[in-house]
Amino acid sequence: MSVSTIVSSVAKSRSAFLCQSVRPFTTVQNGHKSSQTSVDPSTVSHHSKLAENWWDDSGFLKALQSMNSLRVPLVRDGLFQTGAACSDRKNTPRPLEGLNIVDVGCGGGLLSEPLARLGASVTGIDASAELIEIAQQHAQLDPSLQNRLTYIHTLAETHACEAEAKYDAVVSSEVIEHVKDKHFFIEQCTKLLKPRGSLFITTLNRTTLSWLGGVVMAEYVARLVPQGTHQWELFIQPSELQIMLEKYGCFTKLLHGMCYNPLTDEWHWSQNVSINYAIHAVKTD
Amino acid sequence: MAHVSSLLFSPVANNISKKLILSNAAPAISSNLIQRCYLSSAGSHNYDIIIAGGGLVGTAMACALGCSKILSEKKILLLEGAPPKPITLKDTYSNRVSAINNSSVGLFQDIQVWDDIKGHRVQEVRKMQIWDASSPSLITFSDEDLSKPVAYIIENDLMQWALTKRLGDIPNSSVRYSSKIKDYVLPKSSSSDVPLVILENDEKLTCNLLIGADGVNSKVRSKMVTSVQRTDYNQMGVVATLSISDSTNNIVAWQRFLPDGVIALLPLSESTSSLVWSTSVEKAKSLVNLPEESFVDAVNDALLKEYPSNPFVESLLKNLNLAASVDCQIPPSIKDVQPNSRAAFPLGSTSVSRYVNSCVALIGDAAHRVHPLAGQGVNIGFGDVDCLAHQLENAVYQGYQLGRGHHLKIYQSERLKNTLPKMKAIHYLHSLYQSSFTPIVALRSVGLSLVHSMPFVKKELIKRANL
Repeated sequence: MSVSTIVSSVAKSRSAFLCQSVRPFTTVQNGHKSSQTSVDPSTVSHHSKLAENWWDDSGFLKALQSMNSLRVPLVRDGLFQTGAACSDRKNTPRPLEGLNIVDVGCGGGLLSEPLARLGASVTGIDASAELIEIAQQHAQLDPSLQNRLTYIHTLAETHACEAEAKYDAVVSSEVIEHVKDKHFFIEQCTKLLKPRGSLFITTLNRTTLSWLGGVVMAEYVARLVPQGTHQWELFIQPSELQIMLEKYGCFTKLLHGMCYNPLTDEWHWSQNVSINYAIHAVKTD
Repeated sequence: MAHVSSLLFSPVANNISKKLILSNAAPAISSNLIQRCYLSSAGSHNYDIIIAGGGLVGTAMACALGCSKILSEKKILLLEGAPPKPITLKDTYSNRVSAINNSSVGLFQDIQVWDDIKGHRVQEVRKMQIWDASSPSLITFSDEDLSKPVAYIIENDLMQWALTKRLGDIPNSSVRYSSKIKDYVLPKSSSSDVPLVILENDEKLTCNLLIGADGVNSKVRSKMVTSVQRTDYNQMGVVATLSISDSTNNIVAWQRFLPDGVIALLPLSESTSSLVWSTSVEKAKSLVNLPEESFVDAVNDALLKEYPSNPFVESLLKNLNLAASVDCQIPPSIKDVQPNSRAAFPLGSTSVSRYVNSCVALIGDAAHRVHPLAGQGVNIGFGDVDCLAHQLENAVYQGYQLGRGHHLKIYQSERLKNTLPKMKAIHYLHSLYQSSFTPIVALRSVGLSLVHSMPFVKKELIKRANL
C-alpha cells in the first residue's frame, strides 16, 4: 500500500470519527448509568496484544519509555510544588517517600516503576490482565521495588470505591485518549484523591496537527506505534479537560506542551500544546 | 589553529602511573576501605556500581559518585589490580606531574579534595608561553594582569593520595586492592541481565553498572562492541625533575616546539620545575642514559638554542606586522637534574567510537588517550567523571535503574562532542609541528601569531580548553 492510499484511508476514517465525536459527552449529560464504564473492551484487547514488547527499549513503546524523562520530573516536582513532598527530600535518593500514588491505566508499569524507585508507594491498576502480569514480572527484576509497588487488575471505578480519597497523587499517562466516557473516568480519578491531592494527566490534543503527528505519522508512516492504537476522535483538548476537571473540584496548576523528536528519541517541554500535553491539577479541600 | 587553546601542557603518563598504586597513609581508614562488601540473596556479591581501575580517574569517579546525595544509597566498589601501597609525600618532587585546568579544580572542589591537595603543594601557572624554534612566532596565555591562575601543576601522587583518602570517608564506597580480573561478561542490549565480573580467584561480582577506568589497554573495552583507533607517534616522553638557576617568580609554563618534538617546562616551586620532553624514541632513550651534566646541557639547548629561522617565514611575519619576538620571554636556565628522576614512556593516542553499552561506560584513558603536548589527557578524564556522575544522578532522580535508560547515551554524546575536537586538534597540532617544510612552517607561524594578536580568540580558546 502506498503512503498516499494510507493517508487517504486514514482521512476517510477521520471524517467518519468527526461525525460521531460528540457522543462521549452526551452520555454524561444523560447521567451515570449502572452499565457505565471507564474502559472500552476493544482498547483493552488491543493493548494486551502489545504486552510482550512492553519493556523492549527498541520497540514501539520507545517513545513512551523516553517520555519518562518528562513525566517523572513532572510528578516529582509537582508534588514538591504543592508541598505534598517535603522539600527536605529534594535531591535525595527517595524524594517521594511516604506518598501514595495510583497509576491509573498503568499498562506494563513503565511509569509506576520509576515513581516507586523515587520512594512512593505506588499502586498500578489496569483493565488488562495480561499487562498487569507483564508489569508484575518486570517489577521482580528490581528487588528495590519490593513493598513499594502493587499491581491490581481492576477498573478505575472499582478501585475508586475501595480506595476513595486514599492517594496523594493520581497519575494517568497516555490513557484518557483511549477512554470514551471521559467525564466518568475523571470522576473516578478525582474520587481516588485526598483533598489537596494532585492529578497528573498526559494525553494527546484533538487538533489537525495531532491527527497528522499522532495518528498518520506515528501509526502509518513512521510506524512508531501499531495501527489502530489511537482513535483521533477520542482525543481531548486541554480546555475541555480543564472544564471537566473543574467540574470534579480539580483546578489546573500547570499545563505544558510536550514535544517528541523521533530521530533522537528525546522529549522536550514546549509552549505548544497542539499534539502532546501534560496537566497537573489539584483537588480542592 | 583554532585549538592552540588546548595547549595546557602535559599530564605525564597517567596510564603508566596506574600501575603505581597508592593507598591512604592512615591505616585506620585503609582497613575500613579494603573489605566492605554486600551480599545479595543470590550469594554472589552484588553492587550498584563497580569501577574497574583505581588510578586517578577511577578513584575520582568513586569519590564523585560517593559524594552525591542522590546516589547515597548506591553501593559502589572500586576494583584495583595492584596491592595497596602507602604513599609518603617526600620533600623531593615526583617526576609524574599533571597540568590541571580550572574545570578539574572545580571537580576537586565538588568532591572535597582540593583543600587537601592545595594544602600540600601545588604550583599555580599564571602564564603560558608557547613558541616555535623554527620561526619567531609565539603565543601566550594568561589572565590580564596575571592575577588568576590558568592552570596548576600538581604531582599525580599527591592527587592520588588525596582522592584515596577522601574515598575512605565515604560510607557507601569500598575499594578492593589486588583484585585481578579474569573476565567480564557484559549483558546484551535490551536484555535484563547485568554485568558480571569474574576475579582471578573465581569470585563473581555483579553490578547494575560497570565503569571501565582501566586505562589505555582497557579490558572492559575489549568486551564491548566498539572500534578502537590507535596512532603510534613513534615518540617517547622524557620526564625529569629539574632545579632552575635563577629562582625568582616561577609561575610560567613554557612549551617550545622543536624540529624533532616538543619540550615543556612546568613550574613546581620557586626553584624546581618539571620537564616533559616528547621526542623520537632513539633520542629519548639516549637522553635518559646521558650523564646528568650532559642531560642538563641538552635541556638548556632545547629550551634556549637559537635555531636557524626560516627567512621566508620571518619576512612574512614582519610584513604582516606579526613579528612577536618582543613579547618572547626567555625561560629560566636549568642548573641540575634531580637524581633518579628521569624516565621515558611511549606516546600514542587511542580513540574509540563508543563510550557506552547497556550497563557499561568507559572513562579516562580507556575511552581516549591523547598526546601529552596539550596537557589535556587527565583533564579530559576528570571531565568524563564529572559528566558521568551528573548523568547518573539525573537518571536515578528520574527513577531509572542504574545503567538503564538513555542517560548513558547522553554521557557518550556529550563527551564525544567535547573530546573528539580536542583529540583531532592535538593530533593536527602534532603533525603541524613535526614539519620543517616552509609552507607549513609559514602556516603555523602566521596562525599562532594571529591568534596571539587577538585576545578575544585566546579567551575563547582558554574557555574551550577548560571545558
